[in-house]
Amino acid sequence: MTKTITDVICPFCGTLCDDLEVVVSDDGKQLLEVYNACVIGTEKFLHSQAKDRVTRPRMHQEDGSWKEVSYDEAVEYTAQMLAKAKKPLMFGWSSTNCEAQSVGNEIAEISKACCDNTAATCHGTTLIAVQDIGLPSCTLGEIKNRADRVIFWGCNPAHAHPRHMSRYSIFPRGFFTGKGQMSRKLIVVDPRCTDTAKMADMHLQVEQGRDYELLDALRVALKGEWLPDVVAGIPAEKIREAADTLKSGRFGIIFFGMGVTQSLSKNHNIDGAIALTKDLNEHTKFSIMPMRGHYNVTGSGEVFAWQFGFPFSVDLTRGFPRYNPGDTSTIDLLTRGELDAMFTIGSDPGAHFPISAVKPIANLPSVCVDPHLTPTTGVSKLHVPVAFNGVETGGNCYRMDNVPIDCRKVVEPPEGMLTDEQFLIKVRDRLKQLKGVA
Amino acid sequence: METVTITMKNLPTLYLEADTISPDAFAGKTAAQIAELPAFEGNVPTTLGAYFTVSGSAGATAAETKIVVKGDVTKVKYLGFKMTAGELVIEGSTDLYVGAWMTGGKILAKGDVAAFAALAMKGGELTVEGNAGNYLGAAYRGDWRGMSGGKIVVKGNAGSDIGMYMTGGEITVGGDVDVHALTHAEGGKLVVKGNAKSKLGGQMVEGTIIVFGSIEVMMPGFKPNGEVELEVEGTKAKFAHFIGDTGERHKKKKGVVQYGNLYKKI
Amino acid sequence: MSEYIIKNGHVFDPVQGIKGDKKDIAIKDGKIVDKVGSGAKVIDAAGKTVMAGAVEIHAHIAGPKVNLGRIYRPEDKLFSCTPTKGMERMGGGASIPTTFKTGYEYAKMGYTTAMEAAMPPLFSRHVHEEIRDTPIIDEGAFPVFGNNWFVLEYLKNREIENAAAYIAWLLRVTKGYAVKVVNPGGTEAWAWGLNCLSVNDPVPYFDITPAEIVKGLIEANEYLGLPHSMHIHPNNLGNPGCYETTLDTMRLAEGFKAKNTFGREQVLHLTHTQFHSYKGTNWGDFESGAKEVTDYVNKNKNITIDTGNVTLDETTTMTADGPFEHHLTGLNHLKWANVDVELETAAGVVPYIYSPNISVCAIQWAIGLEIPLMMKDPMRCYITTDHPNAGPFTRYPRVFKWLMSEKARNTLIDSFKHKGKVLSQTSIGSLDREISLYELAQMTRAGPAKSLGLSAVCGGLKPGMDADVAVYNFNPDKPVANPDDIETAFSRCAAVFKSGVQVVSNGDIVSNGHKRTLWVDVKVKENAQVARDISEKFVKYYSMTQNNYEALGHHFVPNPFALEVDATQV
Repeated sequence: MTKTITDVICPFCGTLCDDLEVVVSDDGKQLLEVYNACVIGTEKFLHSQAKDRVTRPRMHQEDGSWKEVSYDEAVEYTAQMLAKAKKPLMFGWSSTNCEAQSVGNEIAEISKACCDNTAATCHGTTLIAVQDIGLPSCTLGEIKNRADRVIFWGCNPAHAHPRHMSRYSIFPRGFFTGKGQMSRKLIVVDPRCTDTAKMADMHLQVEQGRDYELLDALRVALKGEWLPDVVAGIPAEKIREAADTLKSGRFGIIFFGMGVTQSLSKNHNIDGAIALTKDLNEHTKFSIMPMRGHYNVTGSGEVFAWQFGFPFSVDLTRGFPRYNPGDTSTIDLLTRGELDAMFTIGSDPGAHFPISAVKPIANLPSVCVDPHLTPTTGVSKLHVPVAFNGVETGGNCYRMDNVPIDCRKVVEPPEGMLTDEQFLIKVRDRLKQLKGVA
Repeated sequence: METVTITMKNLPTLYLEADTISPDAFAGKTAAQIAELPAFEGNVPTTLGAYFTVSGSAGATAAETKIVVKGDVTKVKYLGFKMTAGELVIEGSTDLYVGAWMTGGKILAKGDVAAFAALAMKGGELTVEGNAGNYLGAAYRGDWRGMSGGKIVVKGNAGSDIGMYMTGGEITVGGDVDVHALTHAEGGKLVVKGNAKSKLGGQMVEGTIIVFGSIEVMMPGFKPNGEVELEVEGTKAKFAHFIGDTGERHKKKKGVVQYGNLYKKI
Repeated sequence: MSEYIIKNGHVFDPVQGIKGDKKDIAIKDGKIVDKVGSGAKVIDAAGKTVMAGAVEIHAHIAGPKVNLGRIYRPEDKLFSCTPTKGMERMGGGASIPTTFKTGYEYAKMGYTTAMEAAMPPLFSRHVHEEIRDTPIIDEGAFPVFGNNWFVLEYLKNREIENAAAYIAWLLRVTKGYAVKVVNPGGTEAWAWGLNCLSVNDPVPYFDITPAEIVKGLIEANEYLGLPHSMHIHPNNLGNPGCYETTLDTMRLAEGFKAKNTFGREQVLHLTHTQFHSYKGTNWGDFESGAKEVTDYVNKNKNITIDTGNVTLDETTTMTADGPFEHHLTGLNHLKWANVDVELETAAGVVPYIYSPNISVCAIQWAIGLEIPLMMKDPMRCYITTDHPNAGPFTRYPRVFKWLMSEKARNTLIDSFKHKGKVLSQTSIGSLDREISLYELAQMTRAGPAKSLGLSAVCGGLKPGMDADVAVYNFNPDKPVANPDDIETAFSRCAAVFKSGVQVVSNGDIVSNGHKRTLWVDVKVKENAQVARDISEKFVKYYSMTQNNYEALGHHFVPNPFALEVDATQV
């Protein structure tokens, strides 16, 4: 016999679909089928059932082999490492729940560490722009119910957020958008002809690295000012046509991703897009929203912010919070040789960071908490596998529009495995003993 | 003017945060007292004396105090942090935050300075004989009140994001500047003797940029406005004049719109 | 240690009519009691002022727009963070403190209960996570109703019973405390870039007026008999001449009588009244409408207000009045954040600098003080700064100083660059009233507790009430040498008790206590229509499923305290 669990939240991307249905065995130990998720989400659930999962911590040996250790030994190594380090970094947090993030913050405070999340190589530049110029935004349901102008700038939801367009941004028939896709005009800005671009009413194939100039040109066009003949590879008439299309809607939204957050101008691209959004509000209603990647990077930013005051790249080494990406941010800390210990959780810097930032991890005392075998676990000294968050344990997460949804546990983890919250609580308690803190 | 000389003798393993190396912190102190001033290596509280030998003694006030920093300080941050008066000479290259939040006094950096030098500067002088990093004379994250006074001279090149949210003061770069100089500026002046990359003066409200060399790609928000003859730091020449950023908001003074001014030597 | 005796303090308790008499206050097992045994720990309060813990009726301290403010203002924390110290966790934020700091700062000033003024229901999990992470103080949160699609549709059709059933459901699933209304109708209009600037200005598409929304929600609130009344931030906030809209709004309460079992007597609570008391037609002829507004409130006893005092600081404005924030960024060009929330509300955030040298700001400051000085009944007028909108809550002691010392007010007025204009556009120069300690206790303890329907629980020192007690280093018998001493004394308590646990000693935190989340659990008759409307809107229009919207497990609200309301017999 089986049972079907409904209203399941998918713990993969920032779309945070919450309409999944998961079929599990009656004893709750086997996950059998997943309904409504995209290919990536389905695999996120199903791959938790892999027979060759690593279920116990392992220490990297001198000769490069791995030796299994107990969770208690893993706790001891981690607590000792953090207690002794002069400048440890606790990085990642984006694929775990807010409850675990909060315990992590306690640990960072006691050990006077730096802490950072995956925004450091993703939408951290968005956060810098928001800090410089603000953020006119909305929740995803507003797009579903009202939006008739949708722009995907530097992102490819067809691949990266597969159900975004069907749940929120293009296809839904909402309260004021009864004609669904027919109610909306889609503009895609991307140097590439992506699958998303193929759906667009207008595709602006911007010259690589010139998004900032194009955004400025759109603002200039809105003000009716002089433009050079071509900006960023786009003819001025096309720019004016795009500006008119945006202005003529009654509710517009700009979604954007790595194409602008991690290319040449980084935060300035986002700053320019937010400035454009602000200007558009003089003509009609417009909002802007980052397409967050990891399903709970937003949550990590929220928890850092309400506890420490800053959303990422937080330095607690002086006993109080400090923030300045370029100084306190992970890539800089690693490449400049500022750290003497590395703790990674809920992310895979080994796969995503520049190699000059990954090499130092291999040379430092390092712990990686992750259910998988990854490039990061490969270079760390201690690998601690834990239960899959959002599958084998629940906990609160925040969607790309900052809406909080409490993930569900649908299946039991393998026998004897800890959740990351449980592991972190043990580390915290041992660390308190080592530091003589109540 | 009394001079204190500090010489690096014991390199930090990580980086040293030495925000007490300023005329203000040294004023009125003997060498022994200066050696006891606090510093941090990571989360470990330490003292200046653990890393530097200190000789000489400070003046009674910051204005009467000169500091000379010798040795390898490439891993020392915050030299001249928040100084209000006096002098600081750094013989070699150094790390982040040189003269950050300074309101007065003079800093001479004989080598290179890394990012965030003269952050939110309000007054005084910073001279860099080598190159300057990113965010020179920029605002702190999130603050719309950036550099508002003082003078920065860089003999070499400067990095990106210099003068962000500038409202006053002057920056002169002898060499080239990287992308995004004077973004969001609402005042102040930048002179580039060498070449500028792209994104120059983006979202500028007011202020002045003068470039002697080339500009890789002009921002579309800078409208051609004829030619002018200018005398800039002793050189007289003809410059193409552009006003902008026309995509941005601008104030009106007596009915005349106040744009930012960009001059490129012809 | 569950028995305490606070000895020989000068007690100010409006609940029992005690006006400074030397009295011992006995605490046992979390409550105020008549007496305790000889083993009780003694707190020496000789020469000190003793009051019940203060009650914050309206502040923005927990939730998505508060955190958006923190995220987007790193400069609010530059050089001003507080380090980890003893049992205090690190924190920062001059105008938007982090959650740990929020709890500590309130407690150190003797505040023991605080209400988060506006909870967007879709984000209830976020609000409760922050409330859980705010130490010591009891907190509740007000969900917003004035732009909610269900409310707009029910009230358009005059379906009070259905509106009431929806309110009961929403309070339960969000663990909310009261019916909050912000810019009724105008924030739904803002989803199209529009606004409703008067009570008769209809909402686009829904075709209902703010007047109908306000009246309907007052009716529904009394139908249910909730502990607090409808709590309103009227239309047209902050515009010269807005006092007319404020009067129009208050007139909607005429004829309504409070119906509840919690001791509440008002049917409408008008919040941050300072922002709604402006006369004039533009910023040039801008003047105070405090007299017109307080005259009305003085005469109409079914209304309570809180002040919204401007403290003349750099601060951050944040409100569910989305269109107002867009308007403000147009004036000061500072960074603007905005979040429209599907089917429910919106929020906006913009930094603001209240400079004493700008005449408009100085006049706003004066209006904020005129209001409590002109209010005849201190039990109906409460001190707030609409934190952080008019100033940070950490400035309350400064506001108390201004209210209690005419000299302090005049010293500040003399220093204003535009002193003449402040005196000509307001009547602050002619108000010589000084608030007494007893009146202060009414305005910061007994009054707000009563308005919230908590008069049996807190706001007083009557045996049986929760042992929330604050002891101040302020001797009422000694004349005040320097008004700044008032500010100092009220900034750091000698001792604070929360539910019978000593949480503050000599200005330091000594315990986190066992904070509670206050919420209102309303039982109504089953209503199949409303249940169906709810499930239909989730299927069609929300971006989240109904089951996930309703999920608010124990880890969000670990220590709930429900006020039970039975509205099944109506």
